[in-house]
Amino acid sequence: MTDSSYSLPPEAFLPASPTEKSVAPPPAPAVSFLRGGIQRLVKNKVAFAAFLVVAVMALGSVVLPMVWPYTYDVSCGDHYFTGIDPDYNNLKPFQYAPAEEAQQRAGQFVMPHIMGTDHMGRDLFIRVVYGTRVSLAVGLFASLVVLVVGTALGAIAGYLGGKVDTVIMRVVDGIYSLPDTLIVLLLAALFGERLKALIEDTPLESIGANILSLFLVFALLYWVSMARLVRGQILSLREQEYVLAAKAAGAGSGWIIRRHLIPNCLSVMVVATALQIPGAIFTESYLSFLGLGVNAPMPSLGSLAADARADGNIAGNPWPLLFPALTIGLLVLALNLFGDGLRDAFDPKLKR
Amino acid sequence: MDVKTLWYVAKRLLLAAVTVLAVITLTFFAARAVPGNPFLREGKALSPEALAALEEKYGLDKPLGQQYLIYLKNIVTRFDFGTSLEQEERPVTTIIADGLQHSARLGLVAAVIAVTVGILLGAVAALDRGGVWDRLIMVTTTAFVSLPAFVTGSVLLLFLSERWRWFPAHGETWQGQVLPVITLALYPLATIARLTRSSMLDVLGQDYIRTARAKGVSKPKILFGHALKNALLPVITYLGPMLAYIITGSLVVERIFNLKGIGVEFVSSITARDYPLIMGTTTVLAMLVVLMTLVSDILYRVIDPRISLK
Repeated sequence: MTDSSYSLPPEAFLPASPTEKSVAPPPAPAVSFLRGGIQRLVKNKVAFAAFLVVAVMALGSVVLPMVWPYTYDVSCGDHYFTGIDPDYNNLKPFQYAPAEEAQQRAGQFVMPHIMGTDHMGRDLFIRVVYGTRVSLAVGLFASLVVLVVGTALGAIAGYLGGKVDTVIMRVVDGIYSLPDTLIVLLLAALFGERLKALIEDTPLESIGANILSLFLVFALLYWVSMARLVRGQILSLREQEYVLAAKAAGAGSGWIIRRHLIPNCLSVMVVATALQIPGAIFTESYLSFLGLGVNAPMPSLGSLAADARADGNIAGNPWPLLFPALTIGLLVLALNLFGDGLRDAFDPKLKR
Repeated sequence: MDVKTLWYVAKRLLLAAVTVLAVITLTFFAARAVPGNPFLREGKALSPEALAALEEKYGLDKPLGQQYLIYLKNIVTRFDFGTSLEQEERPVTTIIADGLQHSARLGLVAAVIAVTVGILLGAVAALDRGGVWDRLIMVTTTAFVSLPAFVTGSVLLLFLSERWRWFPAHGETWQGQVLPVITLALYPLATIARLTRSSMLDVLGQDYIRTARAKGVSKPKILFGHALKNALLPVITYLGPMLAYIITGSLVVERIFNLKGIGVEFVSSITARDYPLIMGTTTVLAMLVVLMTLVSDILYRVIDPRISLK
């Protein structure tokens, strides 16, 4: 038992000499959880590309309406004195109305209709931009609502346990088996009238009562998966050995919550929120496609596709259908891929 | 089945009943909370006597609590949701039954295709991990879970029907059902493929698979005898959500392809504010989903003995 190879000589505990320091490889720099996650995220090419797509679309949907010469609700052929010129209706991408061609011959610059115009002569590109903005805003706000409600109830269930936990989890089980979209439709139909009266003459009016009831339903129903997640996290984290170790080392509960529970919960919550956004966008576009979403003339990607099908000549000019469809596909795909990348980068359990 | 499982089934049945009751209560009181009288809608002028007669006929003159109990009693004893306001004299139950008859066939075919093809693709992808097939299947399924049904439906209609005229845009013939079924099946198919792939990879990494391989069990036998059964467990839990998706998806699909069905009835009942029909349709569809979730949860427990009571 006195084998010297198992015990360190007293010299080993002396500080390293300058020569020893210069020879030894420098220790890897400590990487914080956040920075490490971002590094992993940036290295993931697919997720980073998806992030860029989302960022460009988000930025564009905010900036472009300020600088674009066309508006989403007025026909490009609407001249104050001469009335609405039907020549502007149903233009194909990069096609100009005769009056615009004349302007060009006169040397004036005319902003091209990148995606053409719709059956009412409105520039389709700016409508798609507005639709993207509506989709992104709805997705973001709905996810935040879910985050707040779900975290609160999940944390309460996890911390308090006992009867409160049982009741909350039974409610969660019940809500899980409900067809959520149907309930959205039901509440949108039933509360729409009342909400419409409430939001009259407020900025919320342009979004419409249906979208507000969508938020309401997200707050009422969609919190369940977030609550389950947070509750499970808190229950399992409380029992982790490192929490015990921290306690044994004399850490107070404040330290444990700040250093161990919150960071570990946070990443899971952020990832779940990110993955919730495309789901909310799905639901919104679906409602708008059925005519139960945003108020016209405010466009949404779903209502644009529905309008194209209803009013356009999609066999002759499919673009009013294809552009919104492609946009929502791209947006949801990018958000999904980004969310997946976020999960791979920030979920500590997946770290390899 | 042991006592624990029976106890679990009983508890789940109770929870399902409570959920359905909650839906009925929610729809009833939400509909009553809407301001205004359902008979006094735009463009309809009624004398006070006629209004009183109508209210008496539909039982709206009684106190709210009593109305609720009568509504509940009629559902429980006779499965009667009252009569539609728009389609005069037609009981809601008949309208729903007619609609479901059309929708169920479409949804069932879509579900069968989604499950079989989805499992197949998922298994192929898992076996070819990192290979060409795996990548191809993962890329396409990732794309399809990102496309809403109205996008896939409209685009399929545009190209396969309006442009190239391979299939009729609508109609009751089987050719007319091909595009709706594909539209409806794509999303759950892609989800099931991804689920199967990840759970298959999970199972293939387990010790008992390695043991079986070490014992010299043939590869097909490992796959079908050992791996697939366990890999399919997560798919069973997806059956409930899949039915919910197919029901909501059919609202869009029926509109795109001009089909008759419960989805069309539901959407038109909402735009027409036909409250008895809205309430009835929501309740029946919610019942279906609750039932499916119940069945899949129980199946999951019966098949997988590892899951114990918490």
